[in-house]
This record gives sequence, structure tokens and C-alpha cells, in this order.
Amino acid sequence: MLPELGQFALILALLLSIVQCALPIWGAWRGNTTLIGIARPAVAGQAVFVAMAFAILTYAFVTQDFSVTYVASNSNLALPWYYRFPAVWGAHEGSLLLWILILNVWSVAVAAFSRHLPDALMARVLGVLGFISCGFLLFTILTSNPFLRHLPALPNGSDLNPILQDPGLIVHPPMLYMGYVGFSVAFAFAIAALLGGELDGAWVRWARPWTNVAWAFLTLGITLGSWWAYYVLGWGGWWFWDPVENASFMPWLVGTALIHSQAVTEKRGSFRAWTLLLSIFAFSLSLLGTFLVRSGVLTSVHAFASDPRRGIFILVLLGVVVGGSLLLYALRAPKVAGGKPFRLFSRETLLLVNNLMFVCAAAMVLLGTLYPLVGDALGIGRISVGPPYFGFVFPLLMLPVVLAIPFGPFVHWAAADWRATWRSLRPAVILAIAAALVAVLLFPHLSTRGILGVAATLWVGAGIVLYALKRWREAPAGRRYTPEMLGMILAHFGLALFLAGVLVSESTSVERDVSFTPNQVQQAAGLDFRFTGVTRVRGPNYLADQGTVEVRDGTRLIATMHPQKRQYDGQQMQSVAAIKGGVFRDLYVALGDPLGNDAWAVRIYVKPFVRWIWFGGLFMLFGGLTAAADKRFRAHRVEADAPAPAIAPAQAVA
Amino acid sequence: MTPTRKRRLIAVSLILIAIGIAAALTVLALSRNMSYLFSPSEVLAGKAPDGSSFRLGGVVLEHSIRRAPGSLTVDFVVTDRIHEMPVQYTGVLPDLFREGQSIIATGSMQGNHFTAREVLAKHDETYMPKEVADAIAKAKAVEAAKHAQPLH
Repeated sequence: MLPELGQFALILALLLSIVQCALPIWGAWRGNTTLIGIARPAVAGQAVFVAMAFAILTYAFVTQDFSVTYVASNSNLALPWYYRFPAVWGAHEGSLLLWILILNVWSVAVAAFSRHLPDALMARVLGVLGFISCGFLLFTILTSNPFLRHLPALPNGSDLNPILQDPGLIVHPPMLYMGYVGFSVAFAFAIAALLGGELDGAWVRWARPWTNVAWAFLTLGITLGSWWAYYVLGWGGWWFWDPVENASFMPWLVGTALIHSQAVTEKRGSFRAWTLLLSIFAFSLSLLGTFLVRSGVLTSVHAFASDPRRGIFILVLLGVVVGGSLLLYALRAPKVAGGKPFRLFSRETLLLVNNLMFVCAAAMVLLGTLYPLVGDALGIGRISVGPPYFGFVFPLLMLPVVLAIPFGPFVHWAAADWRATWRSLRPAVILAIAAALVAVLLFPHLSTRGILGVAATLWVGAGIVLYALKRWREAPAGRRYTPEMLGMILAHFGLALFLAGVLVSESTSVERDVSFTPNQVQQAAGLDFRFTGVTRVRGPNYLADQGTVEVRDGTRLIATMHPQKRQYDGQQMQSVAAIKGGVFRDLYVALGDPLGNDAWAVRIYVKPFVRWIWFGGLFMLFGGLTAAADKRFRAHRVEADAPAPAIAPAQAVA
Repeated sequence: MTPTRKRRLIAVSLILIAIGIAAALTVLALSRNMSYLFSPSEVLAGKAPDGSSFRLGGVVLEHSIRRAPGSLTVDFVVTDRIHEMPVQYTGVLPDLFREGQSIIATGSMQGNHFTAREVLAKHDETYMPKEVADAIAKAKAVEAAKHAQPLH
């Protein structure tokens, strides 16, 4: 009974989303305040029904209702209760429902926190959000219904992929989706501004906090994903340029460009059309990412053939959203111009470099990700574009960004003094060069990459610290750091930490695959690893071979590690690495196969500074959230800001 | 030149330079780093590049896994059910590696056998096997065509 109710709730939500899309936009066009007033109640109503559907699906998982096909194929009786919640979004249908739920959370938030904005603009923003929701609900109901029955009910389900049975998975997809879907708000504001013809840039100020929050969540989602890959997949890497990772990274890159270009547009009025375009791109890439990951297209274009309706629906929806918004942009954007002039050496130019580099990087990732699909479709052959491609092009594109980033805060808008900037940043330059020289002297075996890492970290880190100090000295107390500025400082400092993590860990890590017999000692990175053997242990739904490795620094015992190789009851194998983390060094031991004669294959990694990668991500996360909290973005409605709703669009079209 | 024009000129030239550099780098990087997937039949037919790296896809032949006790080096045979290719790998094998499992090995030919740098087995439910299945289907089709021709 309940699953049918869930289905029914989804259909009601679909109807409400149509209402939320059509009526307020029509009302804003006609100046009909009654129709405009429908927007908020429709948002609330839709959210209630979507939440109800989601709750019912979750309930089906918790009570293990195997008469629901989706539940039966993604969980079984042995699944512990706490993994039944993430199992809801463990596969295609449920993750779409989660996407829709999060879109509704954002819509409700926008409706609730934007009461000071002009009604017509809000009607259009909520209408665009309703349109997106409508598209996804249609997709779910028509092609990916999670509530389909399997009658008679199965006695037991098949297993959730064991890789996914991990606490990381409880939080990783929702955070990632918060980011993906969050860009829909910036998109909705951009489309609303284009529809309304109010392209003066006021919309940017209102869209900025939403974009920052979405970007912060996406950062968190990617960071968690990278952390999860590091400690679950058992390969010890933190980023693989896997298509699934790229799918989340592309919107992040464009989103990074967007938050910077929004700042220029809001403060200086420049880059208006560009900001509109970036808003459209960021969300389009989010959509593409959602579908790439969950539709199975990445497997091959032929995956479309397994369920052609899904493929066609995806292409149509992408076509409508991307094509429609670009068409609207082409019609309206020529009217956008203006902004204050700026000189070559100014903050605008630096931010332009930032934007170009990030957009180029996103295009480069897109090309590498889709190239195999294109090759497959054209029959060129099975091509894979591996990490070497990305690993070569991406750092090159980011090099100008790293070089330019400390200048950003010091350089003034419009026109800046080259000498003053140089004086301010000189200590950072000296520090970076000195540290690189010290690194060469102290660690003669350090690769060029490691030395560059030390220099880049100190250049970016010291640059931003110098700026924070300058504000402390020069600005009056109480106005030293606005939240917006503090957010920027945190995020840029996060980049310095990230650079240290990536470049130092990549250049100094020790990775060894060894054959271990009990009580044998192997050395790696100056540490002794002693293997004491393997025992059998029983977990809630698996049987594991558990190895024991003692790690000593000289005679001092640093860690006793227990890597496992699990055999799940659903027959799937999964090895679980043992990790001893530290601020300056991670020890990582994974158990491989038995090699005969009591010997086992064991993988030993020593990874200095690897954690700084994720510390950097966290700093960026807090940076994004802090910047979004700036009071400036919550300015109360100025009377002059509220235009008569009806006239503006009509004039803009004329 | 007016400030507006000057600004536009700067913007446009920056964009053009960036696009030019990015395009050049990308083409260079793409052409160097693409790796193709071949089945054992295709490799034996001489389609795979000599000496340089490529990916070999197929199924691990039953009863073909051999290793010297206590050694990390493992020998096995990858087959597309038509032709077979011996493979050597040193290191920890992935969890899902076993006989009858479809795998993708990255590496290069060393004489008559394939030396793998990396072995991937069934990344998730559908990802890897599809490519391998296609390669196997292709090998079968080629074989069928070969057998069919003499009849005509």
C-alpha cells in the first residue's frame, strides 16, 4: 500500500511543479499578483509531497519491503540498519529521488530567505526551479520509478555493492548533490533576470550567497569523495581522473569561475554577460554530471540502448535546458553592456585570468571525459583517455592561477599600482624562494615537483597571510575583516594547504607491494613493518581475513594495523585497508592475496602530508560558507529596487 | 583608443591566446595519452602498437593462474574465447580478480607475452565488462566471418 502512496505523492508533486513553473512566470509577465503569489505555496506543497515520497522509500528500505523492485535489488536481510538509509540513494532511481528532494530543499530555502526581493523576480526564480523539478519528476515517474513492485515479493534482496557499505557513503552523495543542485539557484536567478530583462546586475548580488553555499557543498562533496576513494577503494590514491570524479569536478571548476565573476559583476558591473553565461554553464555541467554518473552512459554509448527511453529523455532534457537557456541568452544578452573601465594591471584583469583558466580547465576535463564516448559513437575504437592526459594539461592550466592568486587581494579595482603591490608581496616571494632552496639543501632527493610544491605552497599561503596582516594593521578595528573577505582568505589559504598536500605527497610518497611471510620485517621510508600473520574474523555480514602489521620507528612501536580482505555474504569481495593517519604522515597497509607458503601479498604506502589535501578542501568549504554569510547580501529591499512587475519584460522584448 | 575599446582588445587577445595555448596543449596531450583497448585476437593480428602501451581486455582463462610460491609475480592467460595471450604482472591484484572474470590490463608487449603495469577487474557492476564483452563479440564475429568465407 505505502509504495503506491509514494508513487501517488510523486505524481502530485509533479502536478504542483507544473503549477509552480507555469503560473508565477505567466503572472510575472502579465503583472498578475495573484498568480505571482502562487509561487511560494506551490513550492511548499511540492516539497511536502517529495519529502513524503522520499520518506516512504526510506521506510521501505528500513522495513525491508522486498516487494519493491528497487529495494530488492539494492539491499538484503543482512544489511545493518544504518546502511539501509544510504542504500536509498545507492542506485539510479533512488539517487534521482534524492536529487529532487534536495532541489526542493533549495527551493524552500530560496522562497523562505528571499522575502525582501522583488516579487516578480522571485516568481520567475521559483518558476525556473519548478521547471527543473518538473523535468526530473517526469524523468523519475516515466523511466526510473523507484516504487515499481515485484510481485510476489522476493524472500531476500541482492546485496548493496560492498564498496558502498561505508559511512562515507552516508554523507558523500547528499553533499555532492547539495552542490550540484545548488547551482540551479544561480541558474534560476540568471534565467529569471534574462526573462525579466532586468540585467543591471542587481540579481547577481542576490544570487551570490546561494552560489557560494552551493560551491561550498560541492567542495565538501568532492573532498569527501576523494577521501572515500583513498580509504575505501584500497588503491591509496586520492584522485583518479575517473569519469565519475570528473563529472563532479567540471561544475566545481566552472562554479569557481562563477563565484569570482559574480564578485566582479556585483561590485563593478563588468563581466555581466559572462556571469550569465557561467551561471548557465555551471548548472548545465551539474546536469550532465548527474546523468553521466547515474545513467550508465559512461560504460558506453550503447548503455542508452539498454533503456532507450532514459537516454532519449536525458538528451531532450539537457537539450531543453542548455539549448533553451542559451537561446534566451542570445536573444537578451546583447542588451547587456556596461561596467566601469579598468586598466591592464587591475583586479578585474586578474579575475579575468582566473575565469579563463578555470573555464579552459573545465573544457579540457570535459573533452577528456567525453572523448571516449565520441570515439565509441563514431566507431573509432575503444579509447581511454587516462590520467596522464589530465595530469599533464591540468597543472599547466592551473600554473597561472597559482602564480596570480596572491596578487588578487592586493591589487585594486580598475587601476592598481604595480610598485605598491610588489612591496607588499615581496616577503612572500623571498620566503617561497628561500624555502625552495632550503628544501633542495635538506632533501637532495626531492623531485622538482616537490620543490615546486614547497615554493607554491609558501607563495600562496604567505601571500594570503600578508594580506590578512595588512588588513589588521590598516583597517579600523571592527571593520578589518568582512565575512566576504574572511571567506576569501580562508578559501585561498585552503588552496595553499591543498597544494602542499598534492605536491609534497605525490613527490615523497613511498609505495611498495611486498610478499610477506609471518614475522618477516620489511622496510619502507625508514620504518620497519613486521607482519605477524593472518586470522579469520567475522563481521555483521561478512567473513574476513585479517592481517596484523606492526610498524616500528627504530624500536618504538608506532602502530599496529589490521588490514582486512572481506568476503561478503552476497559473495562479493572487498579489501579494507588499515590506515594510521597523522598530520604529517599517513601509514597505509592493504592486504592482497595469499601467495602460498604462508606468504601474503601486502601493499605498504607511506604518504607524507596527504591529509593536507582534504584539510585544504575543508578550508575552502568554510571559506564559501563564511563569504555567503556577509550581511551585504541580505540588504533589505530598497524601494527603488522594486520595479513594477509587468512592464519591464514587455519593454525588454520590444 | 578609448578605454572601452582598449579593455575589449585586452580581453579578446587574452581569450585568443588562452584558447590557442589550451587547444595546442590539449591536442598534444590527447594524442600522446590515448590508449586503445584490444582483444587478444586483435593483438595477434598485429593491430596493437609495438612496444608502446595499450590496454588488453578479455577473460582470465580458467586454470591459467600460476605463481611461484611466495612471489608477487603472477602469470595468467587472457582470452577472448578465440585466441589467448599470456600476461605477466607483479604486484597486488584487485579484489575481484579471479578465473573466468573479465579484466582490463594496461601494459605493453614484451616478446610473446603481455607485461601488465596495472590490472583492473570489474570496477563496478557494468563499467568494465561491457568493453570486454564488445571486444569478445568482435573477435567472435571476425572468426565467424573467416569461417564463413571459404564456403562461398
